[in-house]
Amino acid sequence: MSQLPLKGLVVLEFSQYLSGPSAGLRLADLGARVIKIERPKTGDAGRKLSIKNLWVDDSSLLFHTINRNKESFAANLKDEEDLAAVKKLIGKADVLIHNFRPGVMQKCGLHYEAVHQINPRLVYAEISGYGKEGPWKAKPGQDLLLQSITGLAYTTGNGKNAPVPFGVAIVDILCGAQLVQGILGALIRRQKTGKGALIEISLLESLLDFQFELLTTYYTNRRQPERSHVNNGHPLLSAPYGIYATSDGYLALAMMDIHALAKAIECPELEQFSRDSAFAERDTIKAVLAKHLLSKPTSWWLGHLQQGGLWAMEVFDWEKMITHEAYKCLQMEQVIQAGDKKFITTRCPIRINNQRLFSGKPAPQVGEHNSQVYHDLIN
Amino acid sequence: MNLLQDILIVDFSQFLSGPSAALRLADMGAQVIKIEKPVTGDICRQLYVSDVKIEGESTIFHAINRNKQSYAADLKNADDLEKIRQLLAQADVMMHNFRPGVMERIGLDYETVKKINPSIVYAEVNGYGNEGPWKDLPGQDLLLQAASGLTWLSNNNDENPTPMGVAVVDIMGGTHVAQGILAALYQRGISGEGALIQVSMFESILDFQFEVLTCYFNDGNELPVRSANNSGHAYIAAPYGIYKTKDGYIALAMSNILLLAQLLNCEPLQQFTDDSDWFTRRDPIKQILAEHLATNTTHHWLDILEKADIWCAPVMDYEKLVQQEGYRALNMEIIVKTSNGLSVTTTRCPIRVDGKLLVSDKGAPVLGEHNEEIEHQFGLLKELQDSN
Repeated sequence: MSQLPLKGLVVLEFSQYLSGPSAGLRLADLGARVIKIERPKTGDAGRKLSIKNLWVDDSSLLFHTINRNKESFAANLKDEEDLAAVKKLIGKADVLIHNFRPGVMQKCGLHYEAVHQINPRLVYAEISGYGKEGPWKAKPGQDLLLQSITGLAYTTGNGKNAPVPFGVAIVDILCGAQLVQGILGALIRRQKTGKGALIEISLLESLLDFQFELLTTYYTNRRQPERSHVNNGHPLLSAPYGIYATSDGYLALAMMDIHALAKAIECPELEQFSRDSAFAERDTIKAVLAKHLLSKPTSWWLGHLQQGGLWAMEVFDWEKMITHEAYKCLQMEQVIQAGDKKFITTRCPIRINNQRLFSGKPAPQVGEHNSQVYHDLIN
Repeated sequence: MNLLQDILIVDFSQFLSGPSAALRLADMGAQVIKIEKPVTGDICRQLYVSDVKIEGESTIFHAINRNKQSYAADLKNADDLEKIRQLLAQADVMMHNFRPGVMERIGLDYETVKKINPSIVYAEVNGYGNEGPWKDLPGQDLLLQAASGLTWLSNNNDENPTPMGVAVVDIMGGTHVAQGILAALYQRGISGEGALIQVSMFESILDFQFEVLTCYFNDGNELPVRSANNSGHAYIAAPYGIYKTKDGYIALAMSNILLLAQLLNCEPLQQFTDDSDWFTRRDPIKQILAEHLATNTTHHWLDILEKADIWCAPVMDYEKLVQQEGYRALNMEIIVKTSNGLSVTTTRCPIRVDGKLLVSDKGAPVLGEHNEEIEHQFGLLKELQDSN
């Protein structure tokens, strides 16, 4: 492959915040020309959403992280002239992504049925919060709320504690990634049929899919999976699965035979438990382990465990991780020059033909590419 | 026409990362053949979770491997290997998730397979990439969560680093490799060329943290600090988090604290008039909120907040969730049947195409169930006999 796989494709992104834009970012890194269609002046609402009050220019570092490698075309969809230009653009595009609530695109006359008339080859991809039917369809598609509704918060933290949400925007990221899968599948079919497609995903379905192992287990026995009360790692897994404090840090222990573990870490107290009890008695077993592991440093345990072929790992924070050779050799970081500011971010995680995919192109200013897009795709 | 109609995927992977990618491709219409070791098969068949089994096999194996075929082959046996090579000559995609070096030893590494089939898309998922000091470590979900700093993002600050209770690294790695495979298949449709697609679980879980890692890279390398209580996200201001009520839990996303004070009739919150305090003083704010919300029921608070368009939700477990009309309206559950007549209820593919759900009632295969069918379909036996 002498070029990026999606080179030549034009993607229009009518999206804001994270779910839709993260899909656009992946398509851009794989070679597509991604054009954000933004409201004049203010643009994507994500431009004003910052974390730790970090800004690159008028837009936040967060926005720049999610929207690098894209262009921006400013258009007021309520203005007839602008709308006509956007429709011409749609006529030339391969993919359209949006993550508005149901009904919003309809109001602009840019819903699938209408757009399909303009361009039957278009892959029209949309993300909603909860689907288009049912009593939840108008609810806000927000990450924490979806985690709370779908039972996800009951997978993490210890059993006696309150439900614990994931501290990363899992729903937005996963749903964006799945939308990319659907879009690419539709583009592959289009090569054979010449026809576009409608691809739909909701954040809710995405997050249920994410829990498919737990849900299938639940459907089988209709018992809510319980988090272990001690050092919970995964509600369905036996002792020792979890993270443990040592005398100088933390250690992660995955699935392993508890007698082999007892031997490797010289903990005879563990041998009294039968192998078959590693699930039923996991809290007791883990409590014994937790106490024992406090007595020596992480490196001592790790040496003995890895020598025994047991699945264990030191728990790293980012400070320790980024100085480790195993991290450095990945070359996961890239520098983006945005105007007179430079910042560091991560690259696309997929390698193609032994090449890492880097792109130094910064996020656009609102409407930065209007004349270029007019020139290339509208007139 | 299905999105991936007539695409043949030969999958050597085990456990979750690779197989979850193959499941997605199968649901999109590809023919997926699992290549499994005779007698034992995919190790996941024996990976019992909790105490729930289906026909002596783990429930999760059935969830991950529905809608696939199984071909049992001993890759150390010359005849079996030859048949696999013949199958690969006709395949569109080959995937595996062995540690670096394993496929080279068997003789099914990319360079070799490319000679059999130059237009194949060859995809691999491993733990930490093909170089560096960790390349031979096991690519296991919890261990990758530990290695990548992820465990310092969830739960309250005085708790241990806390892993996410779903195999997030496997699933993100699988999602990324499926993206790479699909992009390469698209390009192959134009250029006719195949490709090597590589994803490591380490890079996948770093990508997953791209927003907060980018913040860390550019804020002078300040480590994340989780809230002392009701922690929802280390980088987001109060009230973001989950709160106990009189009869359950309620989740509050980003909101204006003064508006909340007014709506909830919570006077002590009114002192936080400077909105920059909502991040820097989120612990005392959350503490006040927590005490206040504990005084009434979830329903009571939701009633007030939803009317005012505040981002809030009840916190449900599966038992509550599956009773909701909003859940049932999705038709997320499907029943698949194995060749043994066993029915398993599981979830469907989350993607809809042209307004239709992608559903299949094909259950996970018995080990080696499709050997004969596959040998017939691809003429494997015949060619082997001819070549002897």
